[in-house]
Formats: sequence, C-alpha cells, structure tokens
Amino acid sequence: MNSSIAFILIGVSVLFILGIKFLSSPKTARAGNLVAAVGMLIGLLVLCKSDGTNIWAHGWSFNYTLIVIATLIGLAIGAFGAYSVKMTAMPQMVALFNGLGGGAAALVASLEFLKDAQPVNQLIGVELPHAPAMAVTIPMLFATLIGSLSFSGSIIAYLKLEGKVEKPMTFPGQNILNGLILLVIIGLCGWLTFNATGHQAVVAFVVMFTLALFFGVAMVMPIGGADMPVVISLLNSFTGLAVAADGFAINNNAMIVAGTLVGSSGTLLTLLMCKAMNRPVTNVLFGAFGSSGGASAATGAVVGTVKHMQADEAAVLLAYAQRVVIVPGYGMAVAQAQHSVRELSDELGKRGIEVQFAIHPVAGRMPGHMNVLLAEANVPYDQLIEMEVINPSMERVDVCLVIGANDVVNPAAREEKTSPIYGMPIIDADHCKTVIVMKRSMAAGFAGIENHLFYKDNTRMLFGDAKASLNALVAAVKAN
Amino acid sequence: MTIESLLTYNQILVFFIFVLAIFVGFEVITKVPSMLHTPLMSGTNAIHGIILFGGMLVLADAATPLAQALGFVAVVFGSANVFGGFMVTDRMLQMFKKKKK
Repeated sequence: MNSSIAFILIGVSVLFILGIKFLSSPKTARAGNLVAAVGMLIGLLVLCKSDGTNIWAHGWSFNYTLIVIATLIGLAIGAFGAYSVKMTAMPQMVALFNGLGGGAAALVASLEFLKDAQPVNQLIGVELPHAPAMAVTIPMLFATLIGSLSFSGSIIAYLKLEGKVEKPMTFPGQNILNGLILLVIIGLCGWLTFNATGHQAVVAFVVMFTLALFFGVAMVMPIGGADMPVVISLLNSFTGLAVAADGFAINNNAMIVAGTLVGSSGTLLTLLMCKAMNRPVTNVLFGAFGSSGGASAATGAVVGTVKHMQADEAAVLLAYAQRVVIVPGYGMAVAQAQHSVRELSDELGKRGIEVQFAIHPVAGRMPGHMNVLLAEANVPYDQLIEMEVINPSMERVDVCLVIGANDVVNPAAREEKTSPIYGMPIIDADHCKTVIVMKRSMAAGFAGIENHLFYKDNTRMLFGDAKASLNALVAAVKAN
Repeated sequence: MTIESLLTYNQILVFFIFVLAIFVGFEVITKVPSMLHTPLMSGTNAIHGIILFGGMLVLADAATPLAQALGFVAVVFGSANVFGGFMVTDRMLQMFKKKKK
C-alpha cells in the first residue's frame, strides 16, 4: 500500500469516529450518519489488495463483473428494505442488515480459511507454499464463529420481532446444552488453530461453521421479544468484532478500525440499554425472560375487576382535566396512531390543558422507538418527558392515557418480587388520579404476564384499535 | 516459540491500532440519550458494513466456481448491510429533524 493511500485511510478512520460521535447527540445525529457514509465511500474508492495495489487497477476480469452485479443486488435489497419498511418495523430491519453483515463476515473468513487449507486447492484453486501463521488462522476462525452466530441469531431476532416466532422457547438444561455446544465449538477452533490444513481441517471447519449457526439460534430462541433490542445491539457489536477479525486475516486496516469501533461502542450501548431496563446483561441472555413459571405466579395475585369505558366518557374526563399525561407503547406503533395522538394532544392543548408524553426508555420494540414515531407526527420535543423526570409528579396528573403500552406501566415491576419483570423501572401510571388504558384486548404484553394496573379502582379500559379509538376521542373532545 | 515467530512487526502494529480503537469506541459514546439508542445502533450497524470491502477483495481473487459463488453471496450481503444500514439510519433520523412548532 503506498503512503498516500495509508494517509487517506487514516482520514477514513477519523470520519468513522466522528460519525459515531455525532450520532450520539440529537442535534448532530443525522450529519454523523452522513459523515460515516462519506468515509465508507472514500474507503471504497481507495480499496487495496493485500499486495498494496488498488483493487480497481487490475484490469477487468469476470470476477469484477461479479463484484459489480453483487454490489448492485445488495444495493437494491438494502434500498428496498430501508425505504419500504414501516417506521414500526425499523428494529427488525436493523436486525436483518446486521445478520447479513455477520453472514458476509463469516463467508469472507471461510473463503480465506479454505484457500489456506491445501487439499481444497482443487476447489479453490490456490497453491500455498506453507501452512498459514496462527496470527492469521485465529482471526479467521474467530470471524467465522462470531459472524455465523451473529447471522443466525439476527435472523431469529428478526423473526421474533416480526411475530413469526412468538414465545420464548425454553426447556430444562438449556443453558447446559448451549454451554456444551459452545465448548465443542471452542475445542474445534483450538484444534484447527494447530491443524489448519488437510482434509480433516476442512471437515472440522464445516462442522464448526454449522455448530456456530446452530448456536446463534439456540442462544436467541429462549430470549423474550421484549429483550430483543438488547440482543440485536449485542449481535451488532459481535458483527463488528467479526469484521475486525476479518481485517486482521486479510490485512485491511480500515476494516480493523471500523469493526473494532462498532464492537466496543456496541458493547457499551448494549450495557446502556440494559441499564435503562435495570437488568444485568447476563439476566437478559440466560434468564429466559417471560417463562411460564413467572407468568403463573403473577396471575395468582390479581385483585379487583376490569372496568370498561366508552370513548365519549373518556373524552369528558380528558376535556375537563388540567394535566394529562400520555403513555405511548407498542400498540400505538402497530396501529400507526401517532398522528391521531398528536391531533388529540393539540385539541386538548387548545383547551388550555397541559399535555405531556411520558416516554419509557424501552417502550415499543426499541429504545427511542416512541420518540421517532412522535417526532414523525410533529409532536414538539419539549412535550416528550423521560420516565425519571415525569415519575415524581405523576400524583398531580388528572388523567393518564395509556396507549397500547403494557409491561412498562405494570406496577408488578415495583411491587411483586416474584414477577419476572420485578425491578424494571416503570412509568408510575397507577399514581395518577384516573388512568385510561387503550388496548385491543386483555391479552398480556410482550413479557407474557398479567398487568395489575388494569384491575385498579382508578383504571378504565377503552378497548379497540388505538387509531380508531383515538379518532373517536378527538371527535368527542371537539364536541364537548 | 518466540513472539517474533508468531507475529511480524507489522502485525504487532496492527494489533496496536486494534487496542487503541477499542478505547476510542468506548469513549466516543459515553453519554447517549435513550431516544438515540436505536439510531446509534443502526448507524454502527451500517459502519460494520465495511465487510463489503472484504467481500470484494476475496471475490476479486476467487479462482473456482465455489469461491466465486461464496464471494458473490458475501458481496451481496455486505452491500445490503452497508447501503441499507446508512439509508435506514437516515430515515430514522429524518424524523427527528423536522420539528418545533
């Protein structure tokens, strides 16, 4: 690699670092994304082979035609996915893109490894003078393992968020079985480190790859949908590390820097998300959240009855309140009700009622999910209040309108030690004078447990699709 | 077995970069408001799409149909990761931009 390109790559690395830095502040976030994208484009233009020559300077061959076609296919898939996806399904899309990245990392490492395993020369067609050095073999094995695990794990996370794999799948001895699989994988990797060539190496490698794919599935299956953001964030940092390892294997510094940055910042982000939910990361990964035991324990203690309410009654309550707090949840996202919510909030605002939105850090399917949706509907920033800020003043709220939120307002998290969500910070909706819960049915939330809030004396249920109910409310408030 | 027999000087330098990058990654996002967790995850997700480079490099050198097929898939995946990642992040952040009464 000549020195000028090395300098350009330093610039590219700086752009990535600045991009991530800008992304962590609301004002500069969008610019940060662009900065990182520009860095990527520059890196692509000066992309060098390991012998230091520019990849585009080699004259054209069939492989280059393949590269262009494959890139265009990927671009089409990516653009279609990114622009066709509904705002509610953004998290799944991130999971899917992350999985593809992990898959690519595993494939790149596999190709390098198989190229070095001499008996497959007939398959891959490259003669090697000697076995590869460990400094290359270890990163290749690491990238294959982590990349394929991230691939299959992300696909399961995607399916879970899409609702195609609904319940957490658990069985006794699961953690032990997973541990054993992991041991076998690590054993195979250890053996391959010292025996990286020969037919046996190829067989062992394929077995390792397959087991790693399976391990990704086994790792994510028992985790409940409510914890998927944390899982996706973790897999995201895994993919970053796999990419960095690939960078070691094929001697590309830009990949090492970018992958490592994602790996470490992703790990920190995962911990931040866990902190927002007040749960240690080990609890998320091995706790089998929302398993049947916890659910039955929680249902036993329900007291009180469910009280229904119609939209026009609710409208009267709202129209004569002084302070209203709206707690949005996934139900609002599913019903695409964010615009109707804003209409209601505007209508109440016109009557001089103070309207605020209480945002739980993990409401919806992703941290920040509610902020994005409400921002889309032009709800002003200053009306969105974070949970910790609004909780102390909840007693002075006349009406709390819970729209399709469930677990994040479940008082069991505060009161019941046996509940699987015990200890999770919640919005204290039950402290308000009156609570109106808008919900499609009495079905349990993502954690799969009963919500005592629905049975409290000061709670009224307004059943129906969130958007339809809200529109009815807006009309009724206008009439009042 | 000595260190020199395992790692060349150049490889140690590369390792040096790696270790420093770990710390930069940690330091650069110390305080993030929770509403930016998802966009930040999505943005970093796009950055690891740099695996596209790796895919291109192995595909450029691929010498057999099997290697070409696997490399092709790797480039498709990497390309979807990087382009889709940046686009979906931009779409999320677009929502934050238009605001204020």
